[in-house]
Amino acid sequence: MDPFKNLTSKVVPLDIANIDTDQIIPKQFLKLLGKTGYGEYLFFNWRYDKQGIPLKDFVLNSPLFSGRQILLTRENFGIGSSREHAVWALKDYGFKVILGVSFADIFYNNCSKNGVLVIKMDKNTIEDFFSSKINENFEIDLIQQQIKINSQVFGFDIDPTLKNYLVNGLDEISKTLDLGNHIKKYEDKNKVAVESER
Amino acid sequence: MAQTLYDKIWDNHVVYSDENSDLSLLYIDRHYVHEVTSPQAFDGLRINERSVRRPDLTFATVDHNVPTTNRSLPIVDQISSLQIKTLENNCKEFGIRLFDIHDKYQGIVHVIGPELGLTLPGSTIVCGDSHTSTHGAFGSLAFGIGTSEVEHVLATQCLWMKKSKNFEIVLNGGLKQNHAISSKDVILNIIRKIGTSGGSGSVIEYKGNYISSLTMEKRMTICNMSIEAGARAGLVAPDDITFEYVKGRVFSPKNELFDQQIDNWKDLRSDNGAQYDKTFSIDIDNLAPQVTWGTNPAMTIDVDSAIPSPDEYSKGNDDEKKSAIKALEYMNLKPGLPVTDISVDRVFIGSCTNARLEDLIEASNAVKGKKVSSNVKAMVVPGSQQVKIAAEKLGLDKIFINAGFEWREPGCSMCLGMNPDILQAGERCASTSNRNFEGRQGTGGRTHLVSPLMAAAAAIAGKFVDVREWV
Repeated sequence: MDPFKNLTSKVVPLDIANIDTDQIIPKQFLKLLGKTGYGEYLFFNWRYDKQGIPLKDFVLNSPLFSGRQILLTRENFGIGSSREHAVWALKDYGFKVILGVSFADIFYNNCSKNGVLVIKMDKNTIEDFFSSKINENFEIDLIQQQIKINSQVFGFDIDPTLKNYLVNGLDEISKTLDLGNHIKKYEDKNKVAVESER
Repeated sequence: MAQTLYDKIWDNHVVYSDENSDLSLLYIDRHYVHEVTSPQAFDGLRINERSVRRPDLTFATVDHNVPTTNRSLPIVDQISSLQIKTLENNCKEFGIRLFDIHDKYQGIVHVIGPELGLTLPGSTIVCGDSHTSTHGAFGSLAFGIGTSEVEHVLATQCLWMKKSKNFEIVLNGGLKQNHAISSKDVILNIIRKIGTSGGSGSVIEYKGNYISSLTMEKRMTICNMSIEAGARAGLVAPDDITFEYVKGRVFSPKNELFDQQIDNWKDLRSDNGAQYDKTFSIDIDNLAPQVTWGTNPAMTIDVDSAIPSPDEYSKGNDDEKKSAIKALEYMNLKPGLPVTDISVDRVFIGSCTNARLEDLIEASNAVKGKKVSSNVKAMVVPGSQQVKIAAEKLGLDKIFINAGFEWREPGCSMCLGMNPDILQAGERCASTSNRNFEGRQGTGGRTHLVSPLMAAAAAIAGKFVDVREWV
């Protein structure tokens, strides 16, 4: 995983609540066997018409927002299916940070495993971002846990262990495997097994 | 201190606690794997030269993209075929038991886990699929995970978790109720009331005399859709109904071991005075059959009422009002339209929510001796080979086929439309599945979630009917 320490970018405002992962990446694109190449299918049904022509009024198709690396959204983002393809699509498209009021649990975890920073902020702050900060630079500093916009500074919370993974680009599985003796001890004590088939 | 059922299962599975954060390493008793969310996880193992720690606790099947037509024919979709082949190769390489497309135990992962006795009370169960919450009906802590976590569980048999909040939902009444009301109506009504984020950050424990009266299959329907309320998992304390269901299944504990387990399982209930972070109660008496009208499962209404206006639905919340306007446009519905005036083009009876034997029996009751409306194309997709075999023994296949339904092979099918079973743009479907998101069952398709009985009746009538007057 690539380390994430800081990022400066403007935002892409996606002003819709309750966005489910079926919208982020529709099912017909879940048949690939890798983790890359999903960016062109991100928000596919909102982004293209039936002929595959980009729909002008969808934010991702506006030249104004092109190249921006922060997705600004509303409440309850990433609900529904556990498909990690949703995060791979957002990341492959170029988003490194997702900013919103609240996120579905599985989606939040999936982001953290892929080096995508998810920042939760209160409803009023997000409303302020949508209404007056769309064209400002957001200077995101994960180490300080703050977003600087012009001279205004907004703090945010993140679990210290998740932060450590992101900042240092650590491999979580390696860390768990280091705890092998604890796992072994658990297995010995609990005799975990499946009964054999008759 | 008095503990909840969730607290107890959690404590029983903590391998290690991280002192610097809220995360604990939990042991995973069962890992279910399917073809769509696993290839990248196995690749990760290979790249890092890692093995599967407990192949004996890992079980795989193919369900998401398998065709539901004749299994002796080759799979036409080459990309699906490759994904299925990839799972076969991965299971062979890492020594994992696979119920492949020709196996007598093949089926939707959340149907076969319980059916085979792999899902046991008090255990921790994960799968790269959000509807893993289904297994909570057995008093097991079961939740969906992403592919990175699938890789993590394969390599370590553990998962880092932050403990969720305890959310108690008490279900009372409904015991003398009309047979027309099913547990699907109950869970849709709960989601309608608490919203798609009502359970976020929580594990829901369902309690009350209604849930205790339900069969395992009906409890599974409720736990299955806990994720649609945003909850990580749903739980029901195991009881005699649970133990009776588990007893004698293919992989469940046998003889003295089973008796010993029952003694342990009897402790799996929340203590008196256990504290919940959140409580909600609902009275099932007088509940009407539920139908979704919009593009998320909280957009639900009684069958004997009319499509709400965005203002009625959103109750002053601007974001929700915008969602409702967008949903009505997508669904091509106008406020004020009675639900029973909505005609349907397709009917789908299937999915991990409602494709078990009891579901098919209930649906068949509305169908027996009748014919599917000439404007409707209807299909039944049993949840597993075992469900299909049992249903055919009861003659249900003939009831459905004689009425004009298609009787298919098991798989996820039109619940998510990864195989050829999809809606065409503009088609309207009465579906027993779990998600009515835009394009879920096919790009431009319009989904109304209902119970098996409601779906079957809609197939016959060609439109939604109030099944309380039907049976």
